[in-house]
Amino acid sequence: MLFNIVGINLKKNKLSRHEAIRDIGLPKTVSIPLKKHIGHPAVAVVNEGDKVKIGMLLAKANNTISANVHASVAGRVSKIDEDYIHINTSKDEAEDYIDFSDELITEIPQDKEEILALIRDAGIVGMGGAGFPTDIKLSVPTGKEIKCLILNGIECEPYFTGDERLMLEKAEEIVIGARIINRLLGIQNAIIAVDEKKKKAFEILTSITKRYIGVNVKLLTNKYPQGAEKMLVEAVSGEEVPSGKLPMDMGYVVQNVGTVYAIYQAVMKKKPLYERVVTVSGDAVAKPKNYMVRIGTPVSFIAEKAKVDIKEVEELLIGGPMMGTDIDDLSTPVSKLDGGVLFLKKAKPETEESVCIRCNKCAQHCPIALQPFAIANSYKAGDKPNLYKLRALDCINCGICSYVCPAKIPLLDYIKQAKNEIR
Amino acid sequence: MLKKSTTPHMLSNQTTQSVMFDVVLALFPTLIVSVLFFGLKAVLVLVTSVTACLTFEYICNRFWLMKERNSTRDFSAVITALLLACSLPSNLPLIFVVFGAFVAIVIAKMSFGGLGKNIFNPALSGRVFLFLSFPVYMTSWPKPSFNNFFQQDVSTGATTLELIKYSDASTSATRLDNNDYLNEIPDYFDMITGYIAGSLGEVSAIALLLGLAYLLYRNVITWHIPFFYILTVFLTVYVVSLFSEEPLKYSAVTHVLSGGLLLGAIFMATDYVTSPMSEKGKIIFAIGCGLLTVLIRLTTVYSEGVSFAILIMNAFVPFIDRISVPRIYGTGGKK
Ligand code: SF4
Ligand code: SF4
Repeated sequence: MLFNIVGINLKKNKLSRHEAIRDIGLPKTVSIPLKKHIGHPAVAVVNEGDKVKIGMLLAKANNTISANVHASVAGRVSKIDEDYIHINTSKDEAEDYIDFSDELITEIPQDKEEILALIRDAGIVGMGGAGFPTDIKLSVPTGKEIKCLILNGIECEPYFTGDERLMLEKAEEIVIGARIINRLLGIQNAIIAVDEKKKKAFEILTSITKRYIGVNVKLLTNKYPQGAEKMLVEAVSGEEVPSGKLPMDMGYVVQNVGTVYAIYQAVMKKKPLYERVVTVSGDAVAKPKNYMVRIGTPVSFIAEKAKVDIKEVEELLIGGPMMGTDIDDLSTPVSKLDGGVLFLKKAKPETEESVCIRCNKCAQHCPIALQPFAIANSYKAGDKPNLYKLRALDCINCGICSYVCPAKIPLLDYIKQAKNEIR
Repeated sequence: MLKKSTTPHMLSNQTTQSVMFDVVLALFPTLIVSVLFFGLKAVLVLVTSVTACLTFEYICNRFWLMKERNSTRDFSAVITALLLACSLPSNLPLIFVVFGAFVAIVIAKMSFGGLGKNIFNPALSGRVFLFLSFPVYMTSWPKPSFNNFFQQDVSTGATTLELIKYSDASTSATRLDNNDYLNEIPDYFDMITGYIAGSLGEVSAIALLLGLAYLLYRNVITWHIPFFYILTVFLTVYVVSLFSEEPLKYSAVTHVLSGGLLLGAIFMATDYVTSPMSEKGKIIFAIGCGLLTVLIRLTTVYSEGVSFAILIMNAFVPFIDRISVPRIYGTGGKK
């Protein structure tokens, strides 16, 4: 485009893209998060000392916006604190109601309420990192008309390959999952958005969607942050999400493909969300792979299984290098939101902030076309009215501005603080 | 040892220093041509300029702005020095080069607060100061002399644009036929390679365009300013030529290839600090520079207008920035 070069081309480092998803095994203990999702923490319905089985409800959604939490291993509850339910694993034993067969089920329940209840019971939340309870996102308020369901198969963070593997290995389940949501929303129009680097997944999904009504595949460019909701809706529909509105307000519902796979399993197999695909990668990992990991598995267990020499690691990330969080506590468990654990030998270099040279790179690449340098300056000057005018709140935290700034100004840090001040 | 940092956890490897160094590299073809054609004298002007600019930068930064960080290391003063030298005739007495460097660094840059704060392009400020203070020295252009490092027996001559200017009856008193001047205009081949009279760095179109290609390839600048600046000059002169009987005088190609246009459009008008930020702003700025350049070249007593045009437009940058803020995603209106 003449006026806007939105986004950036990142070195993607998709080291594990050819590694099939495999089970990582059973950790000795798990710590299952009670409040990682958006909304209210779940309330424990078990007690310390109780024996639990895989798939058993541990904590109940405690409000409309909240999510159920299930046991990911069988064993005994050792401790319940504010954040976690800790379980000592004994053997691998699951609740009987879960269907573990590989058989593909295509017959979708007729009743919308039933579908919604199954999703709610399974404790599904946005697995792309948002963590918003999925049943809420899929309950369309009366009066709102939904035009289209968009499945997010972009996975634009470097290293991450879990969604790509799911689309290759569980393509049909994802397509059926999309049809389940179609039914729930009362539409026949789902679009699976895949980026151009995932040609194989695109081909497989395209051939499968030929056999089903109401699901199509669309190829998008591979720029970062193509997978951000606002960018995705624009790329698929040509419409922008108005400032301060949600895609839902325009008739679009966006779901990550991993979440859609979980929906398939919840509705067709009665399987609650207690495990997920996690990409374990980074230059400190000898063989980067995609693992099926039980929710609550501590990072130390993952490091051990991936044969990581933790002394070599300088930066340990849960989530991607652009938007993820770094941790220094190896007992941190994997939550429903975490698509990857990255072990990197080199931490972000410590840089000294120098003066803005007005190169415009931050603004030029900002996907929202904000002026990050101006927001940072207004924040430093304490000019709140200007922060509104510059629409600091529209920032999607993609990190591009800080990434590109040659003066190494931590623009996003300032913008986040600015947002806190005016929110 | 596990370290903690804020998002994003990776940074591009472009730094202020690397960006500035890329500009220095982009100037290399031009510098090589200038040394080949103007020999030792070019080397002396370049070395004097760089030494003087770095010294002034260091002194001001340390003892006037009282900054801890040594600002000479970011290469911005080197760029100013090289660009200043590039816009001077190679036979300029070296003490004038030092004067120019003083104006560029001390007055145009550091008195505004240093890198990032200045309003006017430092190199151009230095050049224009010299031009207005020592007009005779600043309009005596040695002719290039290839393979003559010590530049023996080099004659001076008029630049292409000066020839065009002299051909105006009003300014010409010495020769009878105005066309004598126009017939001296070099051919396009010489203009492209740079075998013409002029300042150190403005003569060779091909060397400057190589620099442009490098700057674009390394994502240092965007194409907007050079493209719209050059296009505006070309089109304006072309339109004027339609109403003129003198094709040599108003040749659009000659106007693009001569004088400081390419040097200005590629290296001076694209200076981050003194040009608008948004693409839209850059286009407005470039068109303004182009129109002013042609206006000065064709209607004033000066033969060349690039320096004045860019400096005048520099003054409008805050205003252009204000009216060219990009439309934010999701706020309606045209894309
Ligand atoms: S972090 Fe915010 S301001 Fe920075 S580039 Fe991304 S959206 Fe723009
Ligand atoms: S990227 Fe950094 S140096 Fe460039 S304009 Fe933005 S804040 Fe200034």
